[in-house]
Amino acid sequence: MATFREAIRSAMRQAMREDPRVFLIGEDVGHYGGAFAVSRGLLEELGPERIRDAPLSEAGFTGAGIGAAIGGMRPIVEVMTVNFALLALDQILNNAATLLHMSGGQVSVPVVFRMTTGAGKQIAAQHSHSLECYFAHIPGLKCLAPATVQDARDMVLGALADPDPVCIFEHALLYNLEGALDEEAAPADPWRAAVRREGRDLTLATYGGSLGKCLDAAAALAADGVEAEVLDLRSLRPLDRPAIAASVEKTRRLVVVDEGWRTGGLSAEIITSALESSFYALDAVPRRVCTAEVPIPYAKHMEEHALPKVAEIVAAAKEALRG
Amino acid sequence: MSLDDLGRDGAHALLREMLLIRRFEEKCAELYTQQKIRGFLHLYIGEEAIAVGALSALTADDNVLSTYREHGHALARGLGAGPIMAEMYGKAGGCALGRGGSMHLFDASRRFYGGNAIVGGHLPLAVGLALADKMLGRKAVTACFFGDGATAEGVFHESLNLAALWKLPVLFLCENNLYAMGTAIELHAADTEISRRPRAFGIPAERVDGMDVVAVERAVRYAAEAAREGEGPRFLELMTYRFRAHSMYDAELYRSKAEVQRWKERDPIQLFERALRERGWLDDDARARVENDVLGEVEAAVRFAEESPWEALEDLEKHVYVRRVGADEGGA
Repeated sequence: MATFREAIRSAMRQAMREDPRVFLIGEDVGHYGGAFAVSRGLLEELGPERIRDAPLSEAGFTGAGIGAAIGGMRPIVEVMTVNFALLALDQILNNAATLLHMSGGQVSVPVVFRMTTGAGKQIAAQHSHSLECYFAHIPGLKCLAPATVQDARDMVLGALADPDPVCIFEHALLYNLEGALDEEAAPADPWRAAVRREGRDLTLATYGGSLGKCLDAAAALAADGVEAEVLDLRSLRPLDRPAIAASVEKTRRLVVVDEGWRTGGLSAEIITSALESSFYALDAVPRRVCTAEVPIPYAKHMEEHALPKVAEIVAAAKEALRG
Repeated sequence: MSLDDLGRDGAHALLREMLLIRRFEEKCAELYTQQKIRGFLHLYIGEEAIAVGALSALTADDNVLSTYREHGHALARGLGAGPIMAEMYGKAGGCALGRGGSMHLFDASRRFYGGNAIVGGHLPLAVGLALADKMLGRKAVTACFFGDGATAEGVFHESLNLAALWKLPVLFLCENNLYAMGTAIELHAADTEISRRPRAFGIPAERVDGMDVVAVERAVRYAAEAAREGEGPRFLELMTYRFRAHSMYDAELYRSKAEVQRWKERDPIQLFERALRERGWLDDDARARVENDVLGEVEAAVRFAEESPWEALEDLEKHVYVRRVGADEGGA
């Protein structure tokens, strides 16, 4: 057993031991031990060259990671949260995602961007957003959202083994999650969705921090005799569209749970994908449970009210079952 | 190097390179009016001494990054007039397969990493390339060209700090042509002496006459030696002037003809020619030979571009990823 946080640390340690080109760069990754304590202890073990503290210059050190990747290294850039990644979005979009195509295939950028996402810790709007869809929108990037302890490890290793720029979105509430961790296993293919609970009555499709809520909702539904299938998308770009189609064609009903906002969000893309592939297999209008269209508030009761809730997922599922 | 160190042949090589850039770009402007070249076209005419002087002081192992006004740097780095012209035509024989155009010339084999058109956006890349060289134990420097306009961007300050903090071998080469697009430096900089800014980060910096190819070569050579020996980044503010409009869309409402004329009296090619003639290293015959040689190369480049094929439409989605994964596998 290990925590989600330990699993990421384990993967980074393993990668850095096996490949001298891998290094970690970001704010407070070294002496502080990581803002979320993910890299704690690695500085002592691997030294300041490879566990490189960066100033509060998101565009600067993200771009430096991209440049180092072009120069032959395999950097892991830790951006403290997705909210701060907006300061580096120019680097991620206009450089990391664009250079290969714009150079006619000459300049590849094997860099990994790790960042925290999501709400639930009462840290208010500027630290709580879920902006995965901004990145999943961009051709040239690949995007992963681990939801289990094993995936937290496997996705870091899978991203580092990939020749393209990969974003990994780590939900802040998952760091203390405990689960089984096999540190010897060959990493699972990170690019395919996984069925976390089998069911035949409807599909709950989700990713990252909302997986737990969906599993709880499925358990509640089971008590009422409803068998919900829980599909963990894992890869947000590319989306595993065949897996969405397969699950929906089996259950004929779809509820998408996404901590991002509804408008222009990933939930719209997932539902559209299901409609494009499986329209005639559906027995009900697809539903979605998303974050309310507000900046995330500080007050606990308001924050909870803004975010997807298990009861809402159960209600949406029952609505879908009615047709 | 001084003119003496360069010698007659070395001096002729610099003259030829500057003239090649000049004639190549004059041809580009002509081709633009014929609509052979489209999109944005930013001409370097007037600033040739910087690209030629700087790049002649670097080695093949060094990295070079430039801006969207990079035809001169690309030519001086040896990308070849043919592939550069074909790129502007949008042809498959272009140095970026026609994916980049005038603003995005690339040649990874020559460590030439663009052609970058988000002002200042390539400065952090230069820091990263230098970091990789340092971590991998390579003795290379990374030369990063940018204009005075870029010095107002946040990443300019971030990049200088990072390069100084980590003592990285970056040459920051600021081509100060006195305008950020159409905004004069007095209107965009609180302190118009840009070379004072890097000193705040402890980066040695100096102002150099960017119209004097020998002075540029010498300054870049010294700066590169220091950076290569592990002394950290260096910064040069190269004073220059763009003789042509910002781009082909620019009506030049923001500066006077008299000002442009004053600067043309310091045309870097004419200045250098005059020095060579005074030295007895150049006569009318030799000058005509260089001219013909360069015009022949430009004509050959145009022919190369004209004859180059278009990339097949089915290749559109190539090179978005090195490797397609998951549900994308088997895709383009």
